[in-house]
Order: sequence, then C-alpha cells, then structure tokens
Amino acid sequence: MKPLEVEGKQSMKTTRKPSTFIDNFSVRISKILKKFSKGDNLFKLLTAVVASSIFIILGLMVYELTIQSQLSIQRFGIEFFVGTKWDPAISQVFGALPLILGTLATSAIALLIGVPVSLGIGLALSEFSPKRFGFAVSFLVELLAAIPSVIYGLWGIFTLIPFLRNNVYLPLEAMFGFIPLFSGPVYGGGVLTAGIVLAIMIIPTVSAVSRDAFSAVPDTQREAMISLGATKWETAKTVMSYARTGVIGAIILGLGRAVGETMAVTMVIGNKFQLLPASLFDAWYTMSAIIANEFTEATYDLYVSALIEVGLALFFIALIINILARLVVWRSLRLVRGIARE
Amino acid sequence: MYIDFSTSIYLKEGEKMNRKILIPIVAIVAIAIIAMGVFAYQSLSTPTQTITLNGAGASFPFPLIDKWAAEYHKIKSNIQVNYQSIGSGGGIRQHTEKTVQFAASDAPLTEQQFANATNSLHIPMTIGGVAITYNVPGIPTGLKFSGEVLAEIFLGNIPKWNDPKLAELNPSVTLPDQNIVVVHRSDGSGTTYIFTNYLSDISTQWKTTVGKSTSVNWPVGIGGKGNEGVAGAVSQNPYSIGYVEFIYAKKNNLPWGFVKNSAGEYVEPSLDSFSKAASFAAVTLPRGDQSWSAVSIVDSLVNNAQATGAYPITSFSYFLVYKELNVLPNMNKDTAQALVDFLWWTIHDGQNYSADLVYVPLPQEVRTNNEATVRMISFNGEQLYKS
Amino acid sequence: MDHYTVRKIIDRSMRILAYFALIVALIPLFSILGEVILKGASSININFLTQPSPTVGEAGGGVANAIQGTLITVGLASLIGVPLGLVSGIFLSEYSEAKISSPIRFFNDVLSGFPSIVVGIFGYALIVRAIGFSVTATAFALAIIMIPIVTRTTEEAMKLVPATVREAAIALGVPRWRTIVSVVLSGAKKGIATGILLALARIAGESAPLLVTMGYWRWWFGGLNQPVASLTLNIYIFAISPFENWQALAWGSALVLVMLILGINIIVRAATREKYK
Repeated sequence: MKPLEVEGKQSMKTTRKPSTFIDNFSVRISKILKKFSKGDNLFKLLTAVVASSIFIILGLMVYELTIQSQLSIQRFGIEFFVGTKWDPAISQVFGALPLILGTLATSAIALLIGVPVSLGIGLALSEFSPKRFGFAVSFLVELLAAIPSVIYGLWGIFTLIPFLRNNVYLPLEAMFGFIPLFSGPVYGGGVLTAGIVLAIMIIPTVSAVSRDAFSAVPDTQREAMISLGATKWETAKTVMSYARTGVIGAIILGLGRAVGETMAVTMVIGNKFQLLPASLFDAWYTMSAIIANEFTEATYDLYVSALIEVGLALFFIALIINILARLVVWRSLRLVRGIARE
Repeated sequence: MYIDFSTSIYLKEGEKMNRKILIPIVAIVAIAIIAMGVFAYQSLSTPTQTITLNGAGASFPFPLIDKWAAEYHKIKSNIQVNYQSIGSGGGIRQHTEKTVQFAASDAPLTEQQFANATNSLHIPMTIGGVAITYNVPGIPTGLKFSGEVLAEIFLGNIPKWNDPKLAELNPSVTLPDQNIVVVHRSDGSGTTYIFTNYLSDISTQWKTTVGKSTSVNWPVGIGGKGNEGVAGAVSQNPYSIGYVEFIYAKKNNLPWGFVKNSAGEYVEPSLDSFSKAASFAAVTLPRGDQSWSAVSIVDSLVNNAQATGAYPITSFSYFLVYKELNVLPNMNKDTAQALVDFLWWTIHDGQNYSADLVYVPLPQEVRTNNEATVRMISFNGEQLYKS
Repeated sequence: MDHYTVRKIIDRSMRILAYFALIVALIPLFSILGEVILKGASSININFLTQPSPTVGEAGGGVANAIQGTLITVGLASLIGVPLGLVSGIFLSEYSEAKISSPIRFFNDVLSGFPSIVVGIFGYALIVRAIGFSVTATAFALAIIMIPIVTRTTEEAMKLVPATVREAAIALGVPRWRTIVSVVLSGAKKGIATGILLALARIAGESAPLLVTMGYWRWWFGGLNQPVASLTLNIYIFAISPFENWQALAWGSALVLVMLILGINIIVRAATREKYK
C-alpha cells in the first residue's frame, strides 16, 4: 500500500480508500488544511515578508555606509586601509591602518586574557561544581553582561586605572622596563587596560556559551571516563575536546563583541593615533573609538566620509567575525546533537 | 548587555518557562507606564508655545552658555536653549550645515569656512584664557613656563620634567626625573586653536610642522575628549601636562602654570590677566558680517612689550549666526525673534554671570560692536531687534 | 611520587585554577557595583528623581528628565522593534521548514552581535541627515539593535510550546494561522514577555549610538524631532566634567541606571531558570 502523505495539498491524490486510523486522521487534516490554505498562505507570506526585513536592514546599512563613504573611497582608495596618517587639519589625509591594528590588538589581548578565564569558569561551573552552585554563580557571571558599557568606562577611569597603574604597571615597568613591551611612559590607561576591560566584558559571553557547550556533551562520555578511573580534570579535558567547536564558536563570538565595543574602550585607551604603541602601557586608538570621538566634530565632508568609511570597515569586520562565529556554533550544535542521539 | 542565543539552542526539550515571572513583569511594565505618564503630564504643563533654540560648539564656553540657558529660562519660561558641547570644529560644521540655530566657536571662521557659510555673523560673547595645567606630585600652582619651552614640550623635544630648559625658569623648584605625559584634545577644539595659535606664533618649528587649527596632528601625547577629558586625563596621570580653558583647571583642583608674556613677566591665568589681555589687544574688530579670520588676541599680544599683566593665551569665544535667519530649516518668526532676544541678553545681562565662572565680561567696545551685529539679524528681510 | 599522586595534584591544582578564574571574573562585578552604589547612593533622594538637570554649580537638580528621556527613547524604539521582532520570531518558529528561514535566522544572529556605533552611524546617515539630531533617529537605531533580540527570544519561546497543543488545535479544525496567533502565542507569552524585557534592558544601557544621533539635552521631552535627555549619555558627559554637582549627578544616574537594568535582568533570569531535576 502506498503511504498517504499528510502535508499540504499533495495528499489525496490517490483514490485508495483509507483503511487505518492514521490514514483516516490524515485525510481529515488535509481536507481541513485545503479549506483554510488561503488564510494560511497569506499569513505565511505576511510573516515571511516581515521576517525578511532583516535583509533589508543589513542591505540598507551596507548601501548607506558605502554611499556616504564615497568621497573618502574615491580620494584614498585602497590606500585608506594601509595609510598611517590621520591629519584632518593640514594635509587632510586619512589612513586607517593604526585603527585597524588597534582594534585587532585590543581584541587579541581581550581574548588572551578572557578566554582562559572563561574556560576556567565554564569548567568550574559545569564540570567541577554541583548543579545548584553552578546555577547561582553563573547567574552572577551573566550579570556582568548586563552592565552598560559606559559604566564599565566609568569604573575603568576611576577604579581600574589607578589600581593598575600603582599596583601592576609601575612595578612591571620597574622590573621589566628594559623589554620594549613593558617600557614607560606609564599612563594608567592604554592598550593593556583597554584589553583588560574588554576581557571582562566578553567573559560572560564566552563562558556562558562554553558552559553550554560542555553541558551538551552527553554524560555517557563522562561516565565512561570516570569508570576508567579518570580524575575530574582529565574528564574535563575530554569534555573540552569534545565540545571544541562550540568553544571555538564562543571565542569568535567574544571576539565579535570585543571588536565592536566603543564607550568602555574610548574612556580608557588614551585615544592616541599612532601606528604602533610604544609599549603595553602606551595609549592607542580603535576604529569605534575614533568614530565616537570625532564624528560630531568632523568639520568637512571628506572628514565625515573618512569616519564613515572607518565605520564601514568595522561593519565588515564585525560581519565576517559574526558569520564565522555562527557558522562554527551551528556546526558544533549539529555535531553534538547528532552524536548525542546515538 | 549582550544577549547571546546560541545558548538557548542547548535548552533541553521539555523545559518550561517559570510561571512566577508574570507578576514581576506586569509590575515593572505598570510602573514604567505610570512613570511615563507622570512625566509626560509634567512636560505637557510647560507652556505650549515652548520655543527651543538649538546650539552646539565649543566646550570652552560651555559652562557659561549652560548657565545662560538655565538663567534665561527663568526669565522667559517659554524659551529653552539647548547647547551641545561638541567642540568648536563641530560647531563650525553644524553652523555650515545649518543644523543648529546658533553655534559657538573659539576659532573664528577661516576665509574658506567664511566663504562656505555665507552671511555668517561673528558675535564674541565672552573672553577666556587657556591655562597650562599639570599634575606633578609635590608641585603646586605656580610653575613657570615660557612660550618656547611650552612649544618644545608639546613637540616632544623636552621629554622630561627636569630638563634644563624648564629648570632654569624654575630655579627654586626641584623637578622630578620623570617623563612628561602630554595631554591634548582628541576632538576638534577651539581651545586647541587658541593654544596652537600661540605656539605657532612663538615657535617656527611648530608653525611649519604642526600648525594652528582646531584639530592638529599632535607629535606626542594622549588625547582627551573635550576640556573635561583633558582635565580628567591630567588629574589621573601623574607627571602629565595639558591645556584647558581656565575654569576646568580651577574646578578640577588642578594646578596651573604661570606663562611668560611679551612684557617678560610670568603671569597666572585670572580674570584680571584675561581682562588686561583683552584691553591691550589692539584688535580692531571687524564689522559683525565681515570675515574675522584675522582676529586674534594672541597674535596682537605676542609682540606687544607694553602688555603688562596680560595673560598671553587669551581669546574671544564667538557665537556664529546667520544674518538672514530664513536660511535655516524649520525657522519661523517667533523662533527667530527668540534667538535674537537671547543673543542680546547674553551680551548684556548675561555678562553678569561671567565672573563667577571665571570668564571675562565683555569690554564696552566689544559690546558696542556686538549690538550693531545683532541689529543686522533679520528674518525674511525684517530686522528683528528693534528697541 | 607515583603517577597517581601526580595526577591527583594536577587535578586539584586545575580545579583550584578554575575556581580562581571564577573569582577573577566576579571581582570586577562586585567592584563595579560597589563603586556605583557607594558613589551614587548619596545623591539619591526625592529631589534627585523629580528634578531636571541642573546647570553648572547649581544646587539641587536631578535626573528626572533623563529618566523620562530614557523611557521615551526605549518606548519609541520598542514601538518599531517589538512588532517587527515578534512577527519575525513567529515566522521563524512556525515556518522553519521554509527555505528562507535559515538565512533569516542566520543573519538575525549576525546582526545581534553588531557594534552599536555602526548602527548609530546608520541612523545618522538615514535620519539625522534628514531631520537633525532627534529622538526619532535614536529610536530607529535602537530598534535595529532590538529586533534580533526579540526575534530570537520569540522564536525560542514559541518553539517551547509543545507540538501536542498545535496538533490539538488543528484537529479541532482551527486553521494554521489561527492556531499560531491564538493558541501558540498565548502559550508562549511569558517567554516572549521576558525576551522583550531583556531587549528593553539592553537598549536602555546603550550609549554609543546616542552620541551620533542625539547628543546632550537639558530639558524635558520637546518633540520627536528634538533630542531628549538620556541617562547613559548624561553619565558619560557629567562624569568627565570638572563640576562637582555634575559628577555627583553622574554617579547617581549610574546607580539608577544600574538598578533599572540589573533589576530587570535579575528578575527575568531568576524566574526563567531551567529547573534541575
């Protein structure tokens, strides 16, 4: 007997008499669906159109940003992204390389510091703690994500910078000042401070996603390890390797957040346009910080256009990072779920 | 707050949402709605003919203009003046693009800018000075600087506090063997314009390599946003030096330096020394509707050996408005009239608030010139200030 | 030392390190909260909450207009963001078999991680260029930030409604669209409400887009084509000013803002925690 299809309008093509209860049921459903298909189609269409607005938004953004950067694109071309001079006053030349480097460097520092900490938290909460404890504490960690960026900046200026300068940077400079990376002058703010603040800001994201990636690893794996006499740490290592694509996705998500962060960074980084900082304690600049600082004050069209082009560059960097992140996270989801079903 | 939803993918099947959430949600929403209602009601009770005057520009006179906005509102409760402190550069741009009704700048329009913003009027509304502020533990107000030394410091040619050039000006002070942390503006600023005007006059190297403008390519130093940002950066970084409009040093309890003027004296910034600077400045003011690009108290003082007691880094701060107000979008007769009335008030009664905030009240010659300028303002051809 | 002891030591040390990481993450949280509470508490009184911004050196004054402004901005943004997000979420959850739903979901997630300053510039380019700095431009930018969040939470909430409910409705002859609207939506409404609240909390804390779409405003709400006062921007502007009364105001505002946002977050998250068996 040919199985009858339940979905949509294709049912009932066959004239065979339904003989099972399920067949009966499906026949009635399809009859009903046929009757109301017009309303359904309309609804589906409407909601689809609204949902597709996301494409319109993204497309419009690319369009607007590109159009508004025309002046700058035409004047500087590719040179914009390798140019190292930002001189609105005399020569009216703009180059974004130092900004790109600054953004990437602060984000890299954020990852270097934030990822180990986040993984530690993820493990502590999913592998090493009883469920209740993990539950309550992870809630606290997630609160870190709720604090507005400008408050991170405030805290950075009034608490973190004095603390770091007096207790960390000056001693470091005293001891290791001969290494260029740790040489003075020590401002308190600067690249390393910005990296630290960013690290704190990405910890909730990376740790939450990692923790969930770890939780998604089936208990059978853990049980197998334990039955072989593994310690908690050894089990955790296996879990981490099992969940590694999820962790990578978490890291990339954290990177995406770090790259786009504006207020907290601009309040602690020193806002100095230079190709490379003299040391970790030196000031620098990022793409988002320069936009926040100079946008309302750009005195002429080319200046505005250059800043918008920086925004466009930031847009694409964030786009690529986020796409990568989602691809990896989605892939890991499918992998883990697929295996878990066994 | 960053919400990430990959986590929810991992929700196990059959998880349900907690019921208890309903009550707090309803409570919060209800409170918010009630609060909005109360506030909306309150805002509705302001007179319906509220006229808003939007201005933007220099952070230099921001405290004064904000004071004016508040005080004027007490006199004319239907007029709200809102001023955004975004830097002189931004003020000039918004004025050129006609997105504000009045702008403020410490730098007069350059020839090019004046040509772009045709029929602009300059109305100097106050006089202030740029203080050199620093943060050297153990050294209070009173460190002496000459123009040449300042130029060298900001060029990066004098990297340390105990450099002989600075030490010889200050024989009785022990200067520390520390690097100087230079702080400058990161935004487009009239304060920068005034300061670089001064440095360009003093130092040829400065003039040719950095120049005078609202936004320059600083050879050294870190950037702070607004006078506030520079003051903040100086107060938080030991061994730093920066330039700010005087009141920002005073209010932040930052020490300030004494600067050598062209009469050879070391003068500290104060109401008195700014006034003297303004009075010695043999500035023949142009007519309000002419180009003011050559007007500079700094320039006129730099070679004046008779300017005793004058502080060399002093400047006007200008309102920029259009002569014919109908070029502004959304302008009508009432708003135009309100603007003119406000401007007139600022250059007369408003000046009474200057001294408290350490701005110099306008000398009579400037007031007279301004009165003529304000009388030039018209709407649809009709002169607005009549009495 | 035999191998087992070494392994035990490593195990113990790694676990300690992991907890240490936890402490490292929690220290900033308590430090920030502590500082905001300490510095802000002294400013808060009835006056503070009901008076508008004072000027330099003026006694009194408060953040009432900033609270109003924040509420209005957030409210306006929700007017655009919530319906769009809601409908998109409905589509994604109910019609996930459609070919287009995968790309939509994907780009939705991509947009949710976006730098807010870029969205702000977009708002500037589109709206400020046309009508000037205004609460409309800000609401527009914030709505764009809000949509992905609402979409996602709506989708998740609706997915949680068990299939049996849908099937029962269909079996009773309710058309599919009607099922979705009446049955599934009402079943998911708590989840949807929490998602909306979280999105509101998120955009209430945004400040970067406001820099380029609005700017400082010292008065009460004055019209949709004017800016409006905002808690976040005021914090930024007042805190770095050299005037004591403004600095106190900044910290007070910070406390109000943090209480508001964390309050919403705590309530929402506490109430929707996954139950452990």
